[in-house]
Amino acid sequence: MRIVVLIKQVPDMEKVKFDREKGVIDRGSAGTEINPFDLNALEAAVQIKEANGAEVVALSMGPPSAENALREAIARGADKGILLSDRRFGGSDVKATATTLAAGVKKIGEFDLILAGMQTVDGDTGQVGSEVAEFLDIPHVCYVEKINEVNDEDIRVTTDIWDSVYEEKVKYPGLLTVTKDINSPRLPSFRGKMSARKAEIPVWGLEALQEYLDETMTGIKGSPTMVKRVEVPPAIKREGRVWRDSVDAGVDEFVEILVGAKVVEAR
Amino acid sequence: MDYEGVLVIGEQRGGRVHSVTFELLARGRALADKLGVKLSCVILGHGLQQYAQEIVQRGADTAYVIDDPALEWFLPRTYCNAVVELIEEAKPEVVLAAATTTGRTLMPLVAARLMTGLTADCTGLDIDEKERLLLQTRPAIGGNVMATIKTPVARPQMATVRPKSARPLPADPGRRGEVVVKAYKREAASSASEKMLEFVADATQEVSVQDAEVIVAGGKGLKTRDGFKLVEDLARELGAAVGATRDVVDLGWIGYSHQIGLSGKTVSPKLYVAIGISGTIQHLAGMQTAETIVAINRDKDAQIFKVADFGIVGDLFQVVPEIIEKLQRAKAHKAL
Repeated sequence: MRIVVLIKQVPDMEKVKFDREKGVIDRGSAGTEINPFDLNALEAAVQIKEANGAEVVALSMGPPSAENALREAIARGADKGILLSDRRFGGSDVKATATTLAAGVKKIGEFDLILAGMQTVDGDTGQVGSEVAEFLDIPHVCYVEKINEVNDEDIRVTTDIWDSVYEEKVKYPGLLTVTKDINSPRLPSFRGKMSARKAEIPVWGLEALQEYLDETMTGIKGSPTMVKRVEVPPAIKREGRVWRDSVDAGVDEFVEILVGAKVVEAR
Repeated sequence: MDYEGVLVIGEQRGGRVHSVTFELLARGRALADKLGVKLSCVILGHGLQQYAQEIVQRGADTAYVIDDPALEWFLPRTYCNAVVELIEEAKPEVVLAAATTTGRTLMPLVAARLMTGLTADCTGLDIDEKERLLLQTRPAIGGNVMATIKTPVARPQMATVRPKSARPLPADPGRRGEVVVKAYKREAASSASEKMLEFVADATQEVSVQDAEVIVAGGKGLKTRDGFKLVEDLARELGAAVGATRDVVDLGWIGYSHQIGLSGKTVSPKLYVAIGISGTIQHLAGMQTAETIVAINRDKDAQIFKVADFGIVGDLFQVVPEIIEKLQRAKAHKAL
């Protein structure tokens, strides 16, 4: 069995500073990490590998520095890392990103399962996984919170859709995007770190993918959407009434607010 | 013009049309009026015809009902086939769907199949009248900026819309429109690859945080899992959904589906009650667009008070039980 895990290197959003004037992230203000949801996808893949035997390939698209994220993926249990990197991939929107990743998967060849995080913490669209599935013409399930059975022909999972327990099965090859509920990612092991240090990370650019991708399908040229403007939203005006000393009076008014908001109804 | 009109993809859950459909109709109506075109809405499922009239009454000119037992449960490829077939036939210039878990699963497939763009989780939609383009505005970088996206050439222009970001139009019994019941053309290959196995409604979460008008959320200030019960008690009293910070979810006091913030859900309820929450940037990113924010925290300098409309600086273990008691009294009084 071969499992491909889609990984994105993102700024550490817990620490990153934000330039309110320019409306951009100050990428120098914090380090980078693997998108937290992708760690859950990787852990799910490694658990399947341990239980059933599998090769786990981490695949990322990004600048040359994203190689570090792939080394970390190997340290956390992946067997290989492959980076899709080319200046002509820059400026890709969801469709162009998914097309490029799908081309990378096609070049990898045979696979049974693709795992990805449900969304990234920087782009936050949650759409890339699904589009990769469509471009590869394979079934997929999003928001997977539990893998119930890994069978020879199919995988049975529970998803978070409809805010309930919704169990589905998909045939291989298939794609799953996972939530944080699915597992607790392990830390890199000593052995993993050793392999990560020695690993060769192939970098595939447009030429390497030419069988599956041309210049019009990726980067800005391959992106149907474009950003028209970015604005810092005006701060929402808040009443800002805070009771510090007279807690009792505060409680009374609180109850009035709750009742006044028509949220308290006689039942 | 080749593509014309606005199409809303309605949502059903367990055979009932979800209210987010009516929010989308309100959005769609405003856009269609600006463009001077018709608004249509499609619902996919089994036995949903009864809802067609309400869809018209809430703003649609045409209600499509695609009715088939195969559509009773949500399955991405099956739904995608049905939606793509309708879009190829109706050729709308704008397609809107809900940014719910199902909408965000389905619409990327539809967009990819149609080779067009899709903007996720929009909170603002407008028309650039000069260019006749859909302006899709969404919060980015944890709500720190609003990005406005357009789809200049590819058609249709597609967006998913954040639930609770618009109010439904009231049903107008006098509104007339067309109801079109359509059959679903099965595609054997895709239906064999995915299958719904079992559905069990989550009894612990009557209202999901994204659907809720009122959310009571708790943070580390509750100290223990037992302390967190106060949040659940107040939520029950208010008929509210329970929210939590990342810390609380990481501690295992409650499941991830309740997590609000950058790496959890983004919500904009009418009322957000923050208990024992300090207000990290990551948490604020998930709830700062709530209509009214109230906060209870012991630390007078807590960041949460900066975004709160009303706050109490005090010991939550005293304040919250007092509020619950007074609410119960107010309710008893009303019941008389």
